[in-house]
Amino acid sequence: MSVHLILFLAFGAVAVAGAINLLAQTHPINSALSLIAVMAALAGEYLLLGAEFVAAVQVIVYAGAIMVLFVFVIMLLNAGVEERTKGSRVAVIFGVPGMLLGSLLVAWVVIRHSGTEAVAAGALPGDPKTIGDLLFHEFLLPFEITSILILIAIMGAVVLASKPPTAPPPIPAPRKVD
Amino acid sequence: MVPLSYYLVLSGILFACGVAGFLIKRNIITIFMSIELMLNGVNLSFVAFAAHWHALAGQVFVFFVMVVAAAEAAVGLAIIIAVYRTRETLNVDQVNLLKL
Repeated sequence: MSVHLILFLAFGAVAVAGAINLLAQTHPINSALSLIAVMAALAGEYLLLGAEFVAAVQVIVYAGAIMVLFVFVIMLLNAGVEERTKGSRVAVIFGVPGMLLGSLLVAWVVIRHSGTEAVAAGALPGDPKTIGDLLFHEFLLPFEITSILILIAIMGAVVLASKPPTAPPPIPAPRKVD
Repeated sequence: MVPLSYYLVLSGILFACGVAGFLIKRNIITIFMSIELMLNGVNLSFVAFAAHWHALAGQVFVFFVMVVAAAEAAVGLAIIIAVYRTRETLNVDQVNLLKL
């Protein structure tokens, strides 16, 4: 076992454990914290694949910005423990074995047919300079379009989250001037 | 050296956990977090394929996925706040009208 494989398995175990914990927890704040663990572990996987820029952005944007937004909303709305509703029995009888069978089939096909060709550690220069070069030359138009998308998202968030307009105070009638 | 298929299986597991959370969770914020988990699983397979095929475009796509996820989180959480303001609940079973 190479160091690369050991690191892959360690980060992968943390990611899968966090994902399962997200499902198992009933309080949303616990789910949010386990999602942050998943994202940090995935940043480690990206570093193993040589994607340094993506790993940094994963930590800063995903684990930093987006999850802070989630935690803010959970606290703002004072979200409590979720109520469990009983699922249908058909889903338990057919859903769980079906999902296990399907995932085993997919894993078998992927491992069988995608070859055993290994991905070398740091095979690709994923540093910010190379990514920026690509982003501002080849992908310039999509990059500019995303700025419009973000502008629309900002306006949408402000409009949706702002207080609904209350009725304006009645305008006082002008006083008669003698 | 790690085979490409290991990365794909890990990304599939994360995506499946996201789908399961989307289906079984009842809290609207947790459902939203499951969507983020699915996006993360897809990002991992993007980066793994980028390293495998020596195509940096895969990493640029991950960047775009993150931008879309950030925009989605901002708008989605604003919608959640608006829904909570009128209904006083986060349980999706009690939110059965699109009307705000």
